[in-house]
Amino acid sequence: MSDTATSEHSEPDTAAEHHDTEHAHPSDWAYVKIAVVLAVITALEVFTYFESVVDWGVALVPSLIFMMIVKFYLVATWFMHLRFDSKLFGRMFTAGLILAVGVYLVTLTVFEFWV
Amino acid sequence: MAITEKTPLELGPGDTARYAERPLGVFTRPQEGRGWRDWLSTVDHKRIGILYGASAMFFFLVGGVEALLIRLQLAAPEGSVLGADVYNQVYTMHGVTMVFLFIMPLAAAFANYFIPLQIGARDVAFPRLNALSYWIWLSGAIFLNTSWIVGGGGADCGWFCYSTNSGVAFSPSHGVDFYAIGLQILGIASLVSSVNLIVTCLNMRAPGMTLMRMPVLTWMLLITQFLLLFALPVITVALFLLMFDRLFDAQFFNPDAGADPLLWQHLFWIFGHPEVYIIILPAFGVVSEIIPTFSRKPLFGYEFMVFSGIAIGFMGWGVWAHHMFVSGIGPISVAAFSLSTMFIAVPTGVKVLNWLATMWGGKLRFTVAMKFAVATVAMFTIGGLSGVTHSVAPADTQQTDTYYIVAHFHYVIFGGGVLGLFAGLYFWWPKVWGHFLNERLGNWNFWIMLVGFNLTFGPMHILGLQGMSRRIDTYARGYGFEFWNMAATVGSLLIAVSVLIFMWNVVKSKRDAPHLPPPGPDPWDARSLEWSIPSPVPTHNFDTVPQVHGRDEWWHTKYAENDEGQVVRVATTEEAAQTGEATGVHLPSPSFWPLAVAVGLPLIGYGLIFNLWLALVGALLTIASLYSWAMEPVDDPDAAHDHHEEHHEDDDADPDEESDPR
Amino acid sequence: MSAEPLVADHAHEVSDHGHDPHATTTGLSHIKLAMWVFLGSECLLFGGLISTYLLYKTRGNGRTLPTDVFDIPFTSVSSFVLLMSSLTMVLALSAVSRGEAEAGRTWLLATALLGGVFVGGQVYEFTAFVREGVAFTTNPASSAFFTLTGFHGVHVSLGIVMLMSLFVASVKGKLTQRNAETVEIVGLYWHFVDIVWIFIFTVIYLIPAD
Repeated sequence: MSDTATSEHSEPDTAAEHHDTEHAHPSDWAYVKIAVVLAVITALEVFTYFESVVDWGVALVPSLIFMMIVKFYLVATWFMHLRFDSKLFGRMFTAGLILAVGVYLVTLTVFEFWV
Repeated sequence: MAITEKTPLELGPGDTARYAERPLGVFTRPQEGRGWRDWLSTVDHKRIGILYGASAMFFFLVGGVEALLIRLQLAAPEGSVLGADVYNQVYTMHGVTMVFLFIMPLAAAFANYFIPLQIGARDVAFPRLNALSYWIWLSGAIFLNTSWIVGGGGADCGWFCYSTNSGVAFSPSHGVDFYAIGLQILGIASLVSSVNLIVTCLNMRAPGMTLMRMPVLTWMLLITQFLLLFALPVITVALFLLMFDRLFDAQFFNPDAGADPLLWQHLFWIFGHPEVYIIILPAFGVVSEIIPTFSRKPLFGYEFMVFSGIAIGFMGWGVWAHHMFVSGIGPISVAAFSLSTMFIAVPTGVKVLNWLATMWGGKLRFTVAMKFAVATVAMFTIGGLSGVTHSVAPADTQQTDTYYIVAHFHYVIFGGGVLGLFAGLYFWWPKVWGHFLNERLGNWNFWIMLVGFNLTFGPMHILGLQGMSRRIDTYARGYGFEFWNMAATVGSLLIAVSVLIFMWNVVKSKRDAPHLPPPGPDPWDARSLEWSIPSPVPTHNFDTVPQVHGRDEWWHTKYAENDEGQVVRVATTEEAAQTGEATGVHLPSPSFWPLAVAVGLPLIGYGLIFNLWLALVGALLTIASLYSWAMEPVDDPDAAHDHHEEHHEDDDADPDEESDPR
Repeated sequence: MSAEPLVADHAHEVSDHGHDPHATTTGLSHIKLAMWVFLGSECLLFGGLISTYLLYKTRGNGRTLPTDVFDIPFTSVSSFVLLMSSLTMVLALSAVSRGEAEAGRTWLLATALLGGVFVGGQVYEFTAFVREGVAFTTNPASSAFFTLTGFHGVHVSLGIVMLMSLFVASVKGKLTQRNAETVEIVGLYWHFVDIVWIFIFTVIYLIPAD
C-alpha cells in the first residue's frame, strides 16, 4: 500500500514532518526566553517614540517594520508552534497572509498611498 | 502535534456518561429517521447537499421571475411594466439572487454531495458545521428577501452597489441595509462551509487517494473553497463599512468628509473577481467529469486541468481592477491590470483545449448531460472571448456600463455556470435519486434553453455596441434598440419555458420511476468512486472504505488492458460495485443546534436595522445555542457504539469564532 | 521529504466501523487544520480594515485626527500586556498537556485577566479619545480607527469568553490532558489576535502619520 501511495507524489502535503519534529517540543523555560526577547523588542520599539533620545532619521520606519516582523515571526513560530508542527498549517496561514499583504499593498499603491 | 498524539481525544469506554446531560434541557437529541423533522436536524452531507440544491432551485425561480420582469419592462420602448425605482430594485435583486442564492448554493450542493463520495469518505470533516452552513445560508437568503416586505423594497444599487449610490442619500429605503447585512450572513455560511470542505478534502481521503488522484470535480471545488475562504473576508470588510456608514453614521464613503468612494470599488472587486471563478470553477469540474465519461476516454491532460485550475485561482486575485478601468485609477494601474487580465485567459484556454482533446477520437454518446456539457464549453468560450475584449482598456472604455458587459457576463455565468450545473443535474440525478431524468424531456429542456439563452444574450452584444446603457429602465424610440430588445425578451421567455420543462421532467421522472428499470450503481459507465456504490447512495456511503490505486479508480476496477493492449472489461458493475448493505456503520448524530444558531443571525440583522434590543435577543439566542452545541457530544452517547469519529471538544472553540459580528 | 507517502502512517487496515479520529489522510487533526485555515482567512479580514485605516488616516475633514490624540506610552503598556498574555497562554497549554490541571487553570485565568486589562485599556482609550473630540463619526480617519481597533477588541473579548469557558470546564474537571487540544485551538486564536495587534501597534500607532 505504501508503494501505491508513493507512486504519484506531486504532492503539496507534508504529512510526515510533524511526526519527525513533534518530540522537540519546547520547555516552559524556552517560552519565557522568547517572551523576554519579545519584551525587549517592544521596549526598543517604544523607545523610538521618544525622538529626543536618539534621532532615527530615515531608518525609523524600516527599523520599526523589521522589529514588527521579528515579533510576528517569533509568536507564530514559537507560541503558535509552527516551528514544531506540520508545514501544512503554516502554508494555510501564510497563503492567507501573503495574499492579504499582496492585494492590499497593490490597492494602496493604486491609491498612490506611498507618494 | 505532540499533545494529541500522546493523548487520544476519543473517549474511552465508559467515559460517555458524563456528557449525557442536556445543558439547557430544550431538545432531546434527535435520531436520524425519515420524517420531515429529520431534515431539520440532519448532519448527513448528502441530505444537506439536497437541501442546498432544492433551495437553490427555488431561488432560481425567484431570480428568474425578476429577470422576466426586467425583460418585460425592456421589451418595447418606453416600457411601463415597472417604474424606474422598482426596476432598480428588481435588477439589483436579480443579480444578488442569482449569484448568492442560486449558483453559489447549487455549487455548494454538488460540493456537499460529491466531495465525500469522490474521495471515499463517509461524511465531511465537521458534519454539524456543515448543517450550520446550510441553515445560516438559508436564514441569510430569507433575510435578504424579506426586505421586499419589511425593508421598503429591495436594494436598488446594483449587485455591486457602488458608493455613493449605496448611501442613505441616494438609497433611503432599508433595501441596502438588508443587502449589507444579508450578504454578511451569507458570507459566514460560505466561510464555515469552505473551512469544512477544505479540511475534508485534505484530511478525509480514502487510503491511496493522493491529491493528484482526486477527480477533477473535487479539485475544482477545492479551489473554489480556497477562493471563498480568502475572498469572503474582503467583501465582509466592505459590507461592514457600508453597514456602519448607513446605520451608525460612519464616514467611510462620504466624499464630503474626504472619504474615497473608490475604496468600495476596490474591496468589492478584490472579492468580486475571485467570485467569478467561484461561480465558474464548479461548472468546469462538472464538465470535466461528464466529457470523459461520455467520450469513453480519460480526461486529456489531467495535470494540466488541475494546475490550470490552480493558476486561475491564483491569477484571479490579480485582475480585479479591470472592472474599474473607467473609474479613474490612473494609466499605470490600467496598463498593469489590462496585462494581467490578458494573461488569465491562458489557463482558461488550456482547459477548453483539454476538453476538446478529450472528445477527440472518443466514442461520443450525446446524452442530455453530455449536450449540456458541450454547450457549456462552447458558450463559455464565447463569453471568455468577449471577456478578452474587455482586457483591452480602450475598448473596455467604450463597453463599460453598456449591454455588451451584460451579454459578456451572462455568457460566462449562464452559458458557463448554469449550463454546466444543469449538465451535472442530469448526470448525477440517478445517483442521488435512484432514477433517471427523462431524456426526451431533457432534450427539449436542453435545446429550448440553449436557443433561448442565445436569443436573450446574443443580441445584447449588439445593443451594447450600439450604445444601450446597462441598468437603464427604459429607452426612447428610434435608437434602433427596439428589435433586439424584443428578441431578447422572447429569448428570456424561452428560457422560462425550458425551466418549466425541467421542473415537469423532475415530477414526471419521479412518477415514472417505478415502471422503469432502476439505473443501478453505474448507469453511465463512469469513472469515479461515487459510481461504485448503489443509487441512491446509502446513508453510510461506502460499505468498506475503498482502497485507491490510481486516477479513475472505479474505471480501472471495471476495465483493464489485455495482452494486445486493448481495453477490455474485467468486471461487471454488479461484481465490482458495493451493495450498500453494511449495517452498524457508525455515523455522526443529528443535531438541532445548527438550526438554532442560524435563527439567531437574522434576528441580529433585523435588530441592527430596526431596534437594537432585538439584536440583543438574537445574539443571546446565538450564543446560547453555540454553548449548547459545544456541550453536546458529536455522537449521541445514548446510541450504542464504542467509537467516536470526533469528540465534543471539537466544536468548543470553533463555533465561538463564527459568532464574530461580521 | 515530499516523497513521503501521504497515507503511509495509516497503512493499517481501515476499519469498516468509522475511523479512528487520528486516521486522517495527513495525520493532522481536523480541528487544528480547520483553525489554521480559518486564521488564513482572518488575515484578509484584518488586512482590509488596516488598509482602510491607512488610506484614511490623514483624512480629518478639518477636525481632530486619531493620530493627534494617540497616547503612545499608554498604548505601549496595554500592547505589552497583550503580548505577555501570549506567554501565559502558551504556559497554560503546556501545563494542561502535562496534566497539571491546577497550573493550567491559573495560567488560563491569567491570560483572560491580561486580555481583560487590554480590553479595559481600550475602553479607556476610546472614552479619552471621544473626550478629546475624536468620536466614531468625526471623520473618515476616526471611523476607520474605531472600526479597526474595535473589531480587534471584539476578537479579544471573544477570546476571553472562550478562555473563561475553558476555565469553567477545568473547574468542573472536564478539561483534562486528553483534551488539551481544545486549549491549543483557543491558544492559536489568542496568539493570532496578539500578532494582529503586533501589526496594528507598529503600523497604526508607532509609524508617524506623515
